[in-house]
Amino acid sequence: MSAQATPEAIAALLPEIAELVVSALNLEIGAGDIDPEAPLFGEGLGLDSIDILELALVISKRYGFQLRSDNEDNVRIFSSLRALAAHIATHRTK
Amino acid sequence: MNLVPLLGHASLDDVFAWRADGPVRVRDFIADAEALAALLPAGRHQLNVCHDRYRFAVGFAAGLLRGKTSLQPASQSAETLRQIAAECPDVYCLSDGEFDSLDLPRFVFPAMPAVDAAKVAKIPAIPAELIAARLFTSGSTGRPVAHDKTWGKLVRNGRVEAERLGLLRQPHSIVGTVPAQHSYGFESTVLLALHGHSPFWSGKPFYPQDIVAALQAVPAPRLLVTTPFHLSALLAAGLEIPAVDLLLSATAPLSKQLACAAEAACQAPLHEIYGSTESGQLASRRTTADLAWELLPGVALEQADETTFASGGHVEGRVPLSDLIEIRADGRFLLHGRNADMVNIAGKRTSLAYLNHQIAAIAGVVDAAFFLPDAETADGIARLCAFVVAPGLSRRQLVADLRQRLDPVFLPRPLVLLDALPRNSTGKLPRERLQALYAEQVHDGGR
Repeated sequence: MSAQATPEAIAALLPEIAELVVSALNLEIGAGDIDPEAPLFGEGLGLDSIDILELALVISKRYGFQLRSDNEDNVRIFSSLRALAAHIATHRTK
Repeated sequence: MNLVPLLGHASLDDVFAWRADGPVRVRDFIADAEALAALLPAGRHQLNVCHDRYRFAVGFAAGLLRGKTSLQPASQSAETLRQIAAECPDVYCLSDGEFDSLDLPRFVFPAMPAVDAAKVAKIPAIPAELIAARLFTSGSTGRPVAHDKTWGKLVRNGRVEAERLGLLRQPHSIVGTVPAQHSYGFESTVLLALHGHSPFWSGKPFYPQDIVAALQAVPAPRLLVTTPFHLSALLAAGLEIPAVDLLLSATAPLSKQLACAAEAACQAPLHEIYGSTESGQLASRRTTADLAWELLPGVALEQADETTFASGGHVEGRVPLSDLIEIRADGRFLLHGRNADMVNIAGKRTSLAYLNHQIAAIAGVVDAAFFLPDAETADGIARLCAFVVAPGLSRRQLVADLRQRLDPVFLPRPLVLLDALPRNSTGKLPRERLQALYAEQVHDGGR
């Protein structure tokens, strides 16, 4: 595992990840409309397990690492766009 | 009283399950179940929402030892929990993690007291007539419909499935991507462990890499119990998959292409199970060899008018099926799609009638109709659309209210607000009209 990403690195990644979420899932909103602190799952952006698996595939191809979770109901890295960006910044290999 | 053993194992030292810290023997499982049984609340109905498959199984077995019924709803939405509480006032919720049980009394899965498994001398027996599980479907009236399963019939279901898959001759380690609570996961992981001699992995891997890791954690031969949804994600990830000896898929029919791709990637035969929550498992097929389904031992089909009924063997009563079925001369049958009212999204089932009842029940909704567009590819996932007349309500509010009532995969994408729905002179909304509305409002609308 790589070292923890800096807050600056995470912030820099936010627009790119927002764009990726919107395009991968065909969302009807603009990437800039996603609140970085709002939950992606459930309330908030309203993603479900189908979206999460689709996103996981896109993320693994683009950033070169596989997502892991001990449980489908425990996908904490999707708790917000910032949490997702932090996870990607820490684990990316490309 | 006719008694049927809790487990079908010949020895108390057989492996019942695999957990992160190693094997759990039959005697350890019995000791855990007996210890938990002594602690459970008095209520006759247990809503077991344990995420961990092993804890679910211990909770289920402990319930059996106390003569309880395991409630297994299709969704855990707030509305469903309220309906369950209204029908079974003594219900409590057995949980091993975060779960909002609303007003239901909660019993947290305890840290197991140190029990001496060496003292377990025999496999306990359970009355065959006990209603061991009550599974629910969404029905068509807006209320969940209960399907009671006696312990005797559940055991028979587990045994015929194990026999069909060859597990009675050669036990396999089971890795399941499906929850233990829903009918397919319950039958093909929990019942196969109890009466198919095949220990399960206690986790429920979700991401492709998790599935690979779970397979690596258990000894060969291995059986992967999954769905078209998880299977296509696993194949798309392009990971190296550890040796699998048998693949099992259910909840929605697989295309022959995906079945061939899965067999090639895993170097293992893929079998599909056909069944429903109402009937239990009915038939299987080796998809790459024959698209026709072979009935499980003891099960029979008969047709009257347009409907096919299942009965016999482990089936409780005479159960109408929601699929269009053609029975061949050799007794095998073909599926020709489902009743137009049924919805299946990523393996989760409901009916349009149920969805329409749920949305109509929201205060402020004047008229509403759900619509399921045709999927673009055989294994693709279609999303529901809803047309709603609700002056004064925003889309956001409506979706928030629906979230209280429905599994998230059934939330409409998009939800279209209209001034009126194009009902015909008899007040009906034929599918063609909804199709036209969809084309006009959604498909041509810049998506």
